[in-house]
Amino acid sequence: MIKDITLGQFFPIDSPIHKMDPRVKILATIIYIFAVFFAKGYAGYIVVALFTYVIILMSKVPLKLILKSLKPLVFLVIFTSLLNIFMTDGKIVTLFNIPLKLGFLKITYEGLSIAVKMALRLIFLVAGTSLLTFTTSPIVLTDGIESLLSPFNKIGLPSHELAMMMSIAIRFIPTLIEETDKIMKAQKARGADFESGNLIKRVKALVPILVPLFISSFRRADELAVAMEARCYKGGKGRTRLRELKLSNIDFKASLYMLLFVLSIVVTNIFVKV
Amino acid sequence: MIETKNLTYSFDEENPFEKKLILNNINLTVRDGEFLCVLGHNGSGKSTLAKHFNAIYLPSGGCVFVDGIDTKCEEKLWDIRQNTAMVFQNPDNQIVATIVEEDVAFAAENLGIDPKEIQQRVDWALDAVGMSKFKNHAPHLLSGGQKQRIAIAGVIAMKPKTIVLDEPTAMLDPKGRKEVLKTITKLNKEYGITIILITHNMDEATLADRIVVIDSGEIVLDDIPKNVFSDVEKMKSLGLDTPQVTEIAYRLKKAGYNIKSDILDVEDCVEEILKLCQ
Repeated sequence: MIKDITLGQFFPIDSPIHKMDPRVKILATIIYIFAVFFAKGYAGYIVVALFTYVIILMSKVPLKLILKSLKPLVFLVIFTSLLNIFMTDGKIVTLFNIPLKLGFLKITYEGLSIAVKMALRLIFLVAGTSLLTFTTSPIVLTDGIESLLSPFNKIGLPSHELAMMMSIAIRFIPTLIEETDKIMKAQKARGADFESGNLIKRVKALVPILVPLFISSFRRADELAVAMEARCYKGGKGRTRLRELKLSNIDFKASLYMLLFVLSIVVTNIFVKV
Repeated sequence: MIETKNLTYSFDEENPFEKKLILNNINLTVRDGEFLCVLGHNGSGKSTLAKHFNAIYLPSGGCVFVDGIDTKCEEKLWDIRQNTAMVFQNPDNQIVATIVEEDVAFAAENLGIDPKEIQQRVDWALDAVGMSKFKNHAPHLLSGGQKQRIAIAGVIAMKPKTIVLDEPTAMLDPKGRKEVLKTITKLNKEYGITIILITHNMDEATLADRIVVIDSGEIVLDDIPKNVFSDVEKMKSLGLDTPQVTEIAYRLKKAGYNIKSDILDVEDCVEEILKLCQ
């Protein structure tokens, strides 16, 4: 039931991608994003598509799941495609000798090409980045972010504190969901009605849930802070970790593959003019 | 060893400018390896006293010494907290990580211990509280008693001399309560860790070597459990109950039967009553 919710969309399975160091994975994702924008012609997109397909296969995350994560994108893709198709200047498409033009709306070859590329770009971006959250648990992800941000400590960025806040937030999601459930049941038992009425009425009905939830989370925060201090927490300084992030063979291989991927995009950009 | 000398603490939550005396002139010595129970009803100041033992609160008057170190000494703050660990009432609000093992490691990580040693300590601590099986579980899926044992494992990973437990069983069901008490007794008997158990449950108090009763911020009784509970009338006047068996013996005695008044466990009670029947 409500206790069984999964955090994020982590898909726990044993695969080479899951075993990668989170730092390498985050950096690889960033490089991937740049590469997707860098690819110019259709040939470049074919390279990106192949690469994306291969890493999805390697990650053992079911393709269905990835496609599901693309669902919220459908509206955005259609919207940008329509804009691109009708608003781009260029050579007007003629169908059965009739130029497709109506007032300021026109369909051009350039528009069609940009629309297709834009749509592909969006799909690759989301598919590639969602693979990061599919293969990395939120806690490992925060560890990676902390480690990647640590060089900025010198200019005053509290990287450890940021990561700590994120991981505590993740830790308390199930606790707070349980509590919300309890409060809702308590209010229902006293005759509260959350299901009927118009939108405004329903939003108003949420207030008696949110107020106690807020108060109790403040109390929790206070108690947690005391408990953490009692366990000698004094910030990131001088702190060691049970699990140190360590680069392994897989990470070097992955970096090599990333390099090959970027190179092949550069090469197709230069030599293949399609 | 923990020692308080003329410890006084005053504070008023509603009106910070008008101070209310919460602890008044407390002189208490907790010996190494002792199992001490601090009893008192709600608002007696027992939790406030507990929070003085590891410098979460600092005394308004008098001193608290942990192994000879004054808790006011700021440079030694982390030594004091490592020496005297604390477990709180609500298990949910003291678990930091999303995996049992990582939560147990939290305190040891804060002390800056070498990762290999942390792993050893975590394994040892989980074994000591009997939770090794749940190493890779998510804490929010465990029962209350299990969560509280994880919290205990988390503090013993610091290798403290003393553990202060502030009503650790108040939010647990009877099964969880039993588990936690068993763990606490084991830590005291097998590992020689000093235990200070804050509670208002009389049956828990009978496990201790010594009981200190606090009422309106003052120590009113300080003795071994038998002597504390045998004075049923005094306990009642302090708003405290006695264990059920002690209560039975007390009533029987009042009704004119010749029975011992310092009975604490069920077997003792059965034996005494059988004697009466003969």
